[in-house]
Amino acid sequence: MAQTETTPDSSPMAPQADPGPSLGGVLARALRGNVRQYGMLVALALIVVLFQIWTDGILLQPLNITNLIQQNGYILILAIGMMIVIIAGHIDLSVGSLAAFVGAAAAVMMVKQHLPWPVAMVIALVIGALAGAWQGFWIAYLGIPSFIVTLAGMLLFRGGTQILLQGQSVAPFPKGFQSISSGFLPEVGPRTNYHNLTLLLGLAVLAVAILQEVRGRRQTVSYGLEPLPIALFLTKLAVITTAVVAFTMLLASYHGVPIVLLILGALLVGFGYLMRNSIIGRHTYAIGGNEPAAKLSGVKSKRVVFLAFVNMGVLAALAGLVFAARLNAGTPQAGINFELEAIAAAFIGGASASGGVGTVMGAIIGGLVLGVLNNGMSLVGVGTDYQQVIKGLVLLAAVGFDVYNKRRAGS
Amino acid sequence: MAGPVLEMRSISKSFPGVKALSEVNLTVAAGEVHAICGENGAGKSTLMKVLSGVYPHGSYEGEILFEGEPCQFKDIRASEQRGIVIIHQELALVPYLSIAENVFLGNEHASRGIISWHRTLTHAAELLRQVGLDESPHTRIADLGVGKQQLVEIAKALAKKVKLLILDEPTAALNDEDSRKLLDLILELKAQGISCIIISHKLNEIARVADSVTILRDGQTIETIAIGPEGISEDRIIRGMVGRDLEHRYPERTPEIGELAFEVEDWSVRHPIDQQRMVVDGASLNVRSGEIVGIAGLMGAGRTELAMSVFGRSYGRWASGTVRLHGREIRTRTVPEAIGHGIAYVTEDRKQLGLNLIDDISRNISLSALGKVARFGRVNRHEETKVAESFRRTMNIKAPTVFTRTGTLSGGNQQKVVLSKWIFAGPEVLILDEPTRGIDIGAKAEIYTVIADLAAQGKAVLVISSELPELLGLCDRIYTMAEGRITGEVARADATQESLMRLMTMSAASSNEQV
Repeated sequence: MAQTETTPDSSPMAPQADPGPSLGGVLARALRGNVRQYGMLVALALIVVLFQIWTDGILLQPLNITNLIQQNGYILILAIGMMIVIIAGHIDLSVGSLAAFVGAAAAVMMVKQHLPWPVAMVIALVIGALAGAWQGFWIAYLGIPSFIVTLAGMLLFRGGTQILLQGQSVAPFPKGFQSISSGFLPEVGPRTNYHNLTLLLGLAVLAVAILQEVRGRRQTVSYGLEPLPIALFLTKLAVITTAVVAFTMLLASYHGVPIVLLILGALLVGFGYLMRNSIIGRHTYAIGGNEPAAKLSGVKSKRVVFLAFVNMGVLAALAGLVFAARLNAGTPQAGINFELEAIAAAFIGGASASGGVGTVMGAIIGGLVLGVLNNGMSLVGVGTDYQQVIKGLVLLAAVGFDVYNKRRAGS
Repeated sequence: MAGPVLEMRSISKSFPGVKALSEVNLTVAAGEVHAICGENGAGKSTLMKVLSGVYPHGSYEGEILFEGEPCQFKDIRASEQRGIVIIHQELALVPYLSIAENVFLGNEHASRGIISWHRTLTHAAELLRQVGLDESPHTRIADLGVGKQQLVEIAKALAKKVKLLILDEPTAALNDEDSRKLLDLILELKAQGISCIIISHKLNEIARVADSVTILRDGQTIETIAIGPEGISEDRIIRGMVGRDLEHRYPERTPEIGELAFEVEDWSVRHPIDQQRMVVDGASLNVRSGEIVGIAGLMGAGRTELAMSVFGRSYGRWASGTVRLHGREIRTRTVPEAIGHGIAYVTEDRKQLGLNLIDDISRNISLSALGKVARFGRVNRHEETKVAESFRRTMNIKAPTVFTRTGTLSGGNQQKVVLSKWIFAGPEVLILDEPTRGIDIGAKAEIYTVIADLAAQGKAVLVISSELPELLGLCDRIYTMAEGRITGEVARADATQESLMRLMTMSAASSNEQV
């Protein structure tokens, strides 16, 4: 599903100044300004290939792919929200603690108070929204740096978690709740060697993706703008088709689509669309790019920043629920270092430390780079000690490469 | 008087697209106070930056002789070692360090990296006595008023064994009492043999302290006048400052001036930090539809502050005043409110306040009126691109595509993007703050045409500019501002550069005298 999402600058409306430019020229122009994200996509592919060889093909086995998704789902959820916060020019250090807090609250509601799990989930998400609003209030309306406010939040929510759980894990959860992390799309129809519904879903995704591309191209033409050359356009469709088909077959040959992937896909499409096409998304970029200028253009920057943190709170809550469901327990130690993973994912995926730059897709790519590194290194037996060292270097290299690139471009 | 302490010969300095200085000569005699006058943008600050090494040797042409020796400063430190110290209008003090720490910042009394506080404090106390500042060396800078901070800057210069002190608009932020003290101190330092260059817009102050005055205009030396014991008339200086040829071409237009569209009445604004200071003081003005009205004023006159405050209270603290549109009072407490009433403000600082430099042309143009290319909160990228494309053509924005980042454009093209943004918002009233600052002549002429077109469409246009010929060429009516007040209102037909400059340099003190 993830592969069907297009990034804004690769959309078929990439402009051309002169008629009949060379294919390479068009490609270069389509890629320019987004070097980091395409760079990371290529890096991700390289890392996958590398570990695929290193692990003798274990990495891309259906079982392992499914594991990979389920292991990294909550980080990816956080990374989406973190990307938006970073685009707005802020940071959120509290998400790990908040995820733990919400997981704990959900555990208490479900296990001790015996609330039905859907009700508990909704309440948990509301708690996340309120926590985000609390932090957003201090940051947006009182002007306290987000670093400080969310550092405070990190302590606050961690402490709150311990108070709620009284230092102990609370378990086990109802089956239904556990499935949001470890469940799969149900199976229907005749027995084949593949998961039927997954195949259907993959087909639907492919159809929608191609339809979108074609429609976008037609619109570009109808607005009198020059579309991508037909050869390049067809290549793009072929790449999308191959990716979707391959990924679908992979998942369908095991248990099918994990529920987490459905959640992630919905978030990716929803937030990707929001940041790309909505007014509030555009305002977020403008604030991160130049807040005083945005304000003088009539952007209600306080409200936008506030909402970015409310949204982060909700996503942190969702990540907390998914993680708790995966562990099948609410524990005081949940979510430690999640904020760092999410921030690293955003920066690897193309965010700028000064704000105004980044895409939701980039956050996912960054998160996957980290996830595949984690998974691949574990498979080949690299210890967690060295894993940390390597991940640190990857983060530094990704951002360093970008800074170097920008400087060379003279901007 | 002794020989020259400083000679700057044929100094030329260019920035991309603009020649800031051209063959400028400046000679300062030893032990004199030498004033430099000129309009905003005449090249005064650039010249001082060349002298102090902010623009290092090699980045300009011409030569500098200090005490008879040629100098090639590679940075500020090098010029300071020779005893040339510049005090900028924006003071360079660290607010949360003490006076003593600031005075010796970068120049510490220390051995092997360890500061000797004993020597620091005694020396600081001595310097403070010298500049007549009765404060403990331990006092934090943040606890001092601007006048006293200025004295700390001078003490800091003295600590560097200054021989030539350069003061850039030293009294701009000071009240009369502090200004008087500062000028006295300059005369006292002169008696001690310290030469001084003072850049000032306040002609009465120049007449009081300076021994000679050099006038710059458009990056060229116009003249140097020695001031004898009989003094100098302000008119004499003004004549030199404004005698500029009207070289730019202004669009021909027959104004069709309609109803009263936009009125500001009794508008006052306090300084954001120094609440005692009224940056704008009871200003009233009006613009009719189809009319282009100018606001003339020198640096610090409060023009930008007035405009930004009216535009959603974006500057300072509002103290009083009302805004009326077509005779009806409107609320402009926030920027969205002001935009909603059809007011647009094109900032003078397009890089900091006008554009998102990391984003492309199309998204900058649509930002203040995204609703126009959106339905149900969804921005139509195609529509947006089309709009931007049409602006690129009509405004002649020189860029390969509308997806070019605005940060890579030249100043003139950036300004066209900002103008496009506000024209797209479809305002009735446009406030243009220095619309042609720092852009080349070709682009200037294009922007004048755009402004004339806007007026022809019946919009009310208010132009703030430091270039008097521009105002005279463009406007139907001109207001002058000085020290936060409107000091005059002149119809185009009656205005001359001299008459405007006289009104622009009218300080509260001198206007009181006239009454």
